[in-house]
Amino acid sequence: MNSSTLLVAIPATAFGACALPLLLQRHGRAAAALAAALVMAACLVLLAPLAPAALAGHTELARLAWLPAYGLDFSLRLDGLGLLFCLLICGIGLLVVLYALWYLPQSDRLGRFYAILLLFMAAMLGVVLSENLLLLLVFWELTSLSSFLLVAYDSEKYASRSGARLALAVTGGGGLALLAGILLLGHIAGSHELSVILDAGERIRAHALYAPALILVLLGAFTKSAQFPFHFWLPSAMAAPTPVSAYLHSATMVKAGVFLLSRLYPALGGSDLWFWLVSTTGAITLVYAAAMAFFRHDIKGLLAYSTISQLGLITLLFGLDTPLSVVAGIFHIINHAIFKASLFMAAGIIDHECGTRDMRRVNGMFRYMPVTATLAIIAAASMAGVPLLNGFLSKEMFFAETVAYQPFAGLGWALPMFATVAGMLAVAYSSRFVHDVFFNGEPVALSRQPHEPPRWMRAPIELLVLLCLLVGMFPGWTVGPLLDAAAAAALQGPLPDFELVLWHGFNRPVLMSLLALVGGVCIYALRAPLFAWQAQLPRWHAHSAFERAYRRLAVVARSLNALLDNGSLQRHAALLFAFVVLLGGWAFFSGPTSLVRAPVQAADEAAIAALIALLLGALGATLLYRQRLLALILVSVVGLVVALSFVRFSAPDLALTQLAVETGTIILMLLVLYYLPASAPPQSSAPRLTRDLILALLVGGGLGLTTLQMLGAPVDTISEFYLQQSLAGGGGANVVNVILVDFRGFDTLGEITVLAMVALAAHALLDRLVLVAPLRDTEGRPWASEAHPLFLAMLIRPLLPLSLTVSVYIFLRGHHEPGGGFVAGLITSVAMIMQYLGGGMAFAQPRMPRHPTSLLALGLALAAGIGVASWAFARPFLTSAHGQLRLPWLGEVELASAMVFDLGVYIVVVTVVLCVLTGLGRLSLRVPSAREVL
Amino acid sequence: MEALLAIAVGVLSACGVFLILRARTFPVLLGLTLLSYAVNLFLFASGRLRFDAAPLIRAGASYTDPLPQALVLTAIVIGFGMTAYLAMLALRALSEAGTDHVDAGREP
Repeated sequence: MNSSTLLVAIPATAFGACALPLLLQRHGRAAAALAAALVMAACLVLLAPLAPAALAGHTELARLAWLPAYGLDFSLRLDGLGLLFCLLICGIGLLVVLYALWYLPQSDRLGRFYAILLLFMAAMLGVVLSENLLLLLVFWELTSLSSFLLVAYDSEKYASRSGARLALAVTGGGGLALLAGILLLGHIAGSHELSVILDAGERIRAHALYAPALILVLLGAFTKSAQFPFHFWLPSAMAAPTPVSAYLHSATMVKAGVFLLSRLYPALGGSDLWFWLVSTTGAITLVYAAAMAFFRHDIKGLLAYSTISQLGLITLLFGLDTPLSVVAGIFHIINHAIFKASLFMAAGIIDHECGTRDMRRVNGMFRYMPVTATLAIIAAASMAGVPLLNGFLSKEMFFAETVAYQPFAGLGWALPMFATVAGMLAVAYSSRFVHDVFFNGEPVALSRQPHEPPRWMRAPIELLVLLCLLVGMFPGWTVGPLLDAAAAAALQGPLPDFELVLWHGFNRPVLMSLLALVGGVCIYALRAPLFAWQAQLPRWHAHSAFERAYRRLAVVARSLNALLDNGSLQRHAALLFAFVVLLGGWAFFSGPTSLVRAPVQAADEAAIAALIALLLGALGATLLYRQRLLALILVSVVGLVVALSFVRFSAPDLALTQLAVETGTIILMLLVLYYLPASAPPQSSAPRLTRDLILALLVGGGLGLTTLQMLGAPVDTISEFYLQQSLAGGGGANVVNVILVDFRGFDTLGEITVLAMVALAAHALLDRLVLVAPLRDTEGRPWASEAHPLFLAMLIRPLLPLSLTVSVYIFLRGHHEPGGGFVAGLITSVAMIMQYLGGGMAFAQPRMPRHPTSLLALGLALAAGIGVASWAFARPFLTSAHGQLRLPWLGEVELASAMVFDLGVYIVVVTVVLCVLTGLGRLSLRVPSAREVL
Repeated sequence: MEALLAIAVGVLSACGVFLILRARTFPVLLGLTLLSYAVNLFLFASGRLRFDAAPLIRAGASYTDPLPQALVLTAIVIGFGMTAYLAMLALRALSEAGTDHVDAGREP
């Protein structure tokens, strides 16, 4: 396999296999977990051959055209940055799969959980591997949607549902902003491909639309990475099961925002606006969330706010806008993912063992679970930035960056001081986590006796903490190459000089670290007065504010809906026609006023007579619509006149079709009429009549005027092509038929599919339908005693072979003369219906095909199959072939593959008409003591 | 001739719309039938009105526009499908709601 195939195979495997756990869950929870783990491992295996090149700084691209006209290609890219994130996503994913197997209750079969988790993982892989920004956005939104499902996994809990809704609203809204930003970027750079955009940094920053594009992209990144003031969704999303928090809210989804910052850094970074927006947001988030974390009593709440704060730190590093700060940001992404995932898992274990996460009740755990406690303490120390652990290294780099950053004379002390305060707060909340949970006396009123978790539930934490230590002590050997490759990919340029070592000598960053450690412990020591101070602060809860706004929105939407739509179809129809009149009137009056008049045909007596018949029929039916049978007869007069006018105006095919359809329609309407209540409905009220009359006159007048206008305009048609090609290219002289079965065969295929759906709907709608059939007609007369007069029955039987012959003739000649599948099908079905009419249900039904649905399938398969057959000759779908064939006795016969298509049309039309009409006729058999109608 | 056709289209569509706005299902069906006649004629007329010019290829003949004819042909057949569907829907509604009023299923 070449490398671009491998690259495409990574997300393809993830998406393709994400239903696997669902399919395997009936073999047990372990099977579902194994399936999920295998999929993630498979992604890692596929990644392995690509990793060396990516580490060496090579960018692998793969491109499949998708919608090239919109600049949207399915193009993927793997470079150091993508590799780093892929490793995080699949690696931590594997650990989470193992952890969740033990964490989630035994009653859960886990198939659904793992399937959504895999879907999320696939979407995340898509985000970090996308080369096309529009494609990235598709995956981005998919992470929002799948994380919604994961957060709301305990869907019976209100907190889960509302937390998920809040997360979706914030991140989904940010996604919309990001879409706009990406479109602007694409507009500026001329392409949505990253390789173009990353090279166009100069041009993008100089462009007038740079500021809006930057702000929109940042909105997307900040909402996803929970930056102030959009941070509030993350604490609410803690209602998710803890494995989800460990995966989404530490290592992956919340990192998507900072991933985007690093991905687009070469294009968007390096301007004052970037500096101010990104670093200010990051700095506020860093300190504000750190303070909030300290005051949380819920362990996961503390971890959530600490995550927000750490993300703020990463954002601030990207905002500082120097190559080295970018390196530090990426380093911290790695470190934070490792220690925070293990902390979430530890929090989950504590929750699992104690039944609560409230730090005022969960105390002294060190005695009950010493191993877990040791692991969690190491991870928390890493979070606080204690030396020998990975968190210390990136925090040192952060401190060094703040010291080195000197843009404003005289204010050089401000940023380091700010960073030190943030460091103190981080130490304070880490101390609180460690001391409150694991020491600080005895647990308060726990419902169960806590003890160490199962061996394998702890294994993921052990591995992660081991990583904390290894990276902390041997950074150059462990993450060095990966960090170099990722930073080089993020910078798209040479790496700055830096050294990944523990000890740089006693310098200002070390002093800041010491200060932070001492200060943090002091803050923690002062916690009692601090908590008392915090408790009296006015409370404003973003989540409940969102819920209130959400409810108000729903109420407004409901009342608006009720205002526009009171459920009346009559009103709907009236509104629809009124709108049509408005649109039509607007188009009519804003169109060109002066028209070149085309020559017109003179009217003759026959035409005038036909018009009078038509007007009598239409107006009569409208005026007398309450006398239903009469109205129906008048409508059929109109149909006849329409058919005649088709004859007159050179459309023999249409005339044939109209006549045949007319027959079917009238029989259909008579059948309906038989069942409908005979009682004359009350007359409409005067205002309603007036409204309807005005609407009708406006529509009629408008359409009439438009017709006149159109007929007066000169012809501009594309039909010359069809006329020239009909015989030469389609092998038929009847251009209308050749258009139907050949030139526009795809349309016709769609149309017969719609017809087939009507036949299926007949099954659905008429199934077990029982109607009361009247015993007398509307005038009170009983029905004729003889339903099927012998004379009619006898006369109609020999007619069947005759009519079938006619329809075969019409079908066969259709390619050259008026006729074809539609007309022949209608004629055949009318012939069949006549048998029902003459002989009755009992006579005709047993003689008809038993399974109309298989006939439908046959017809559609013929039509579609002849289309597919052209692929065998390497031609596009529905290419037709034709030629002369010499047959004994018959001589030269012109054959076209389109005739097979026409046969499919024929079969579908026959089946549909028969299905509908006999289905309606059969209703009478279900009514006890009622008589047949057909 | 053109004026006659325009009158026919206008009257048919006006009658069709009026009947569609009635409260019972049967007039609605009739109205839809009339409206589809009007629309079919309108579409057909977009190819202009020609006598003795059927689009059948013959030596030395002139032809009318075949494309609107092909469109209208399928429209006629689909129109039948739609009428049939609505007829069945009307019967189903009658059996479920006990009346043939179009708003029978309306929520209070």
